[in-house]
Amino acid sequence: MRHLALPILPALCVALAGLLAPATPAVAQSGPLRIEITEGVIEPMPIAVPNFVPEGGEAGQLASQISRVVVDDLVGTGLFREIPPSAHIGAITSFASPVQYADWKAINADALITGAVSVQGGQVNVKFRLHDVFAGQEMGAGLQFTGTEAGWRRMAHKVADAVYSRITGEDPYFDSRTVFVAEDGPKDARRKRLAIMDYDGANVQYLTDSASIVLAPRFSPTGDRVLYTSYETGRPQIYVLDVASVGRRVLETGQGDMAFSPRFAPDGRTVIYSLTQGANTDIYRMDLATGQSVRLTDAASIETAPSFSPDGSRIVFESDRSGTQQLYIMPATGGEAQRISFGEGRYGTPVWSPRGDLVAFTKQSKGRFHIGVMRTDGSGERLLTASFLDEGPSWSPNGRVIMFARETQGEQGASSLYTVDITGRNLKRVATPSGASDPAWGPLQ
Amino acid sequence: MTYLAKAILLSATLGLGLAGCSSMSPNRFDNVTNLNGAAGAGSGTASDPASPAYFQQSVGDRVLFAVDQSTLSPEARLTLDQQARWLLANGDYQARIEGHADEQGTREYNLALGARRANSVKEYLLTQGVPDYRLSTISYGKERPIEICSEEACYAKNRRAVTVLQAGAGL
Repeated sequence: MRHLALPILPALCVALAGLLAPATPAVAQSGPLRIEITEGVIEPMPIAVPNFVPEGGEAGQLASQISRVVVDDLVGTGLFREIPPSAHIGAITSFASPVQYADWKAINADALITGAVSVQGGQVNVKFRLHDVFAGQEMGAGLQFTGTEAGWRRMAHKVADAVYSRITGEDPYFDSRTVFVAEDGPKDARRKRLAIMDYDGANVQYLTDSASIVLAPRFSPTGDRVLYTSYETGRPQIYVLDVASVGRRVLETGQGDMAFSPRFAPDGRTVIYSLTQGANTDIYRMDLATGQSVRLTDAASIETAPSFSPDGSRIVFESDRSGTQQLYIMPATGGEAQRISFGEGRYGTPVWSPRGDLVAFTKQSKGRFHIGVMRTDGSGERLLTASFLDEGPSWSPNGRVIMFARETQGEQGASSLYTVDITGRNLKRVATPSGASDPAWGPLQ
Repeated sequence: MTYLAKAILLSATLGLGLAGCSSMSPNRFDNVTNLNGAAGAGSGTASDPASPAYFQQSVGDRVLFAVDQSTLSPEARLTLDQQARWLLANGDYQARIEGHADEQGTREYNLALGARRANSVKEYLLTQGVPDYRLSTISYGKERPIEICSEEACYAKNRRAVTVLQAGAGL
């Protein structure tokens, strides 16, 4: 099998531009500039992001590209809307000069982001400040990020992450990556290969070729490894892939016809997965260091798609022991399981949210597919999407957004990735170079 | 040699006899019998009752299932009775039973469901006297449809278990 090497990610260093500012990025302060994310309809906050000031001749294009990515990140949440540069009255020509707030108040900008970009010896430095226009003051300290020129998008995501966190009070998620299955070809001759990209679809790189079917990659908690299923040996087996080196090894799951649906435990040292023997599929748990495995379920039915709670104490999974696919929760050591899904239809692919309070799932009802969420006791079920075939939710690192795959109907049917806010708003397609399925959203980098 | 390379070789060996066997659409995944390079004289024509082509076309290499089910219909049992007779008469072949699902279902569940279907066929062939060591199973879930429309007419053909012959029984 041929592998493509991945460039090493730039080491990003964070430094403070302000004097004597706190050593960590400031989070939202109390004050007027605040978006509370609720389920009601919200009016996107108007923001102005004048092109970051290039400091030095080489930085001009990069400054403009970084400003655009910052805007795309923020506007992409559906929580902000950009006041385009063509509508600006004021201009930011120097990062150090005081801001004329009246110029930005006049165009009804609630927030103003100013920044500067410099390039020196292949290193890029990005500085920014967030301004509360109506309060006429900065919101939080200015920050700067330094990294390699190739990693400029990460610095833009870091800026947007800081702005998003300060204004919403939520944890950030823009500086993250997604591993997924890239798809080519018609439905009856589809080729699949593993791919990795930034959360927004940029920087796609392929981790395997398409000689064998590959399915359902899952990131480790730190994003350094990926579990996936491949037919490389002729039958489905689980592989552990090192993201930096693209080296991989098969998980020795011992007896059984096929192993699939793997997922890491929050400690990154344990894997849960399904093993099929004959007609029966059950859930197992393996210690990666010792290779020792333990069977967690023991029923004649299909038990699959296990996912740990963030504290590692429980596992949510799907089973058809009642006659149809439903969701259950059991202790991480196995034992008695509680059914949590009771609505009409079938429920599968449960994934525990990083905050621990919700389970995302795929629901099949009346010939339609939905991505939905429910509380871990099964209450508060909400369906976020509906289509011919929506499947396989994956949580953003902050638990605010869900990425999933949507397959279109018919002979030309193809799969794409979408994101939706857990409020059900802001359904968006993630641009990928080819078809895409089975997304797994990784941690904040 | 890769599976695909073998498939191409085999298609060349068997000629056009296989191409029209199962559907109108180009049947890219299923119309291949993996002979593992052991295709002997006479194995390439459907008129030879001992040939894989005969097994595929005249005996019937596949059985279909109802939605979300892995139980064998009376019609499926008739097909499998003939498959068992053929396998018992032609001891040089092993059989790999490939279980499949239609696209209406989640990926993981369909993998497990395909395994159930393949296993139903295997268990039945065992009861008909085909020895265990000649039978193996694999599931492709919804990964390998042969029909691509999103209607029941296509789904019905995709919910299948296909008995694929492999040369070299009892190795």
